[in-house]
Amino acid sequence: MAASEKALNANESNERLWRESYGEQVREESAQSIFGNRSNANVSDTERLVSGVGGGALAAYGLSRGDWLGVGLIGVGALLLQRGVTGYCDTYNALGVNTAEKENMTSVKASAGVKVEKSFTINTPPEELYGFWRKFENLPKFMNHLESVTEIDQTRSHWKAKAPFGYSVEWDAEILSDIPNEMISWRSVENADVSNAGSVHFRPATGGRGTVVKVSLSYEPPAGKIGAAIAWLTGEEPSAQVLDDLRRFKQLMETGETATTKNQSAGRAKSTTKFDKE
Amino acid sequence: MKAICWYGKEDVRVETVPDPSILNPRDAIVKVTSTAICGSDLHLYNNMIPTLAAGDILGHEFMGEVVEVGSGVKNLSVGDRVVVPFTIACGNCFFCRKELWSLCDNSNPNAGLAETFFGFTTSGLFGYSHLTGGYAGGQAEYVRVPFADVGPFKVPSNLSDEQVLFLTDIFPTGYMAAENCNIEPGDTVAIWGCGPVGQFAIKSAFLLGAERVIAIDRVPERLAMAKMEGKAETLNFEEVDDVHEALREMTGGIGPDSCMDAVGLESHGTSVSAMYDWVKNKTGLATDRLHVLRQAIFSCRKGGTVSVPGVYGGLLDKVPFGAFMQKGLTMKTGQTHVMRYLPRLLNHIENGDIDPSFVITHRIKLSEAPDYYEIFEKKKDDCIKVVMKPDDLFNSNGAHAH
Repeated sequence: MAASEKALNANESNERLWRESYGEQVREESAQSIFGNRSNANVSDTERLVSGVGGGALAAYGLSRGDWLGVGLIGVGALLLQRGVTGYCDTYNALGVNTAEKENMTSVKASAGVKVEKSFTINTPPEELYGFWRKFENLPKFMNHLESVTEIDQTRSHWKAKAPFGYSVEWDAEILSDIPNEMISWRSVENADVSNAGSVHFRPATGGRGTVVKVSLSYEPPAGKIGAAIAWLTGEEPSAQVLDDLRRFKQLMETGETATTKNQSAGRAKSTTKFDKE
Repeated sequence: MKAICWYGKEDVRVETVPDPSILNPRDAIVKVTSTAICGSDLHLYNNMIPTLAAGDILGHEFMGEVVEVGSGVKNLSVGDRVVVPFTIACGNCFFCRKELWSLCDNSNPNAGLAETFFGFTTSGLFGYSHLTGGYAGGQAEYVRVPFADVGPFKVPSNLSDEQVLFLTDIFPTGYMAAENCNIEPGDTVAIWGCGPVGQFAIKSAFLLGAERVIAIDRVPERLAMAKMEGKAETLNFEEVDDVHEALREMTGGIGPDSCMDAVGLESHGTSVSAMYDWVKNKTGLATDRLHVLRQAIFSCRKGGTVSVPGVYGGLLDKVPFGAFMQKGLTMKTGQTHVMRYLPRLLNHIENGDIDPSFVITHRIKLSEAPDYYEIFEKKKDDCIKVVMKPDDLFNSNGAHAH
């Protein structure tokens, strides 16, 4: 089979898997909530838990700030807390989003999730980049929000990530598609704290400039789109995060290290400043 | 160790700070034997550059002895005497491979911040704000040098610190600016700004085959240096009605073949739009300074080249782009790709074509830096270039310890 045909077939099968992972096949059975079902609940159990805990933490943080942003955070925190307790979200209702119905899905519903796509050109052959990425244990070396990834078997792995306010989230992921030196895609399996799916493509750049690496990530942030907005407020906006991750991947692959000033000399107590990435 | 730290506008202090350590495999630690204050440090002193933080160690022109190397540095040994380029470059990325060292993709840890200003990041720099990485600088007793297998350049022991120190910035910067003039035999080059970079640009223009160099400034001792040391013709812009007319007359009605802006414009603010507002609001200052770029474009002969080594950070108002387009001019600019020029310029020094120490007017102890920032800033005492040694290496007759 010619390489291009192989890639085409792979793309088709990959697309099918992606459609699945976006929740286009809706399962019939309805979820039993661990909180007990409420007729108008439109927020999933995981989200309710995270909303409640996160909302409380956010309100507490808002209180501790004692400024106008703090007042705003108290408000948002209170809304989240209510959302967690009642399982009902006005915003979701207005947006026509219902995450309670898809608790058993292993995937991210396109309308509810956050999707990020970023490309970088890396001056390294595709084989090397693919080989490094395929060992998922390597990912925390450049994805700063990841604490660890542990491979369970050939296709399954366990992921642990940092969440805002010092929380962490965990999930198991499975590989959907794996074409050596070309692409890898994965998605979280059932009962993930954060339903997510991702892919990375490696294709040769023009003019011998190495490899264009394209990453697509989609996930349902804890507390849905409101959670994404809060993440943005606390400096963890997803597209910037993916960009920074990819930049570190490029640095690591091109130079063998990531640029840093952390712990350098300075005439102040802390080596880094508000301007620096840590 | 002792280091010169920035704390705010016109607030630079000698502080005791922790010694640097190896943070990455390709780092080295250099014990500084000589360092300098650059004209561009004055913009930091005046708090004109955004993203400085209290406690930042300044300085980007330094040299010394390698005292420690990381596991990834194979081409340097403890004891090597090196000059360290002010641009930090990885040597591996697309840009480094093209010898566009100051455009390195991988050396700025705050690349995301730089992207918001310039679209894409440029390289990290020593001691020059967090926009270019926030790296601790060279006005200190010791410096951590990232990518030490790429930047530091070994210099022979028969040359003094003062003869090779300016390989770190102002000599290659003046040289690249002259190279960017596209000089052909018989050409006349006009250079606005006779600070240290302008002085090196004058000498470099002659090295690259210019027949005449016209140096433009208003500070008498700088014009005198351009004339005596650089063999340039001089033009005091305060003594002529119209610089364009004066240049036209001096070039037989043709105009200079190349015009160089070695003055630049430092913008203010923390975003592109803030810079724009600042430029618009401070019209007096901004117009005055941008005037150099306007004059350079307006006075340049048809089909000529405008070279801009002067530093710009934001947006410019009322650039005569019509003149630029209609006359078919070329513009070349950029931060200096220092590493590209080092072997060539060392060769010129060894051949006796140039002795870069001509530009030094003041030799001081590192601990005297705060006073001399002010003297240099106010151009007191005919100050053109200040060179410093750590106090224990300084001796008053200006001799050099290696």
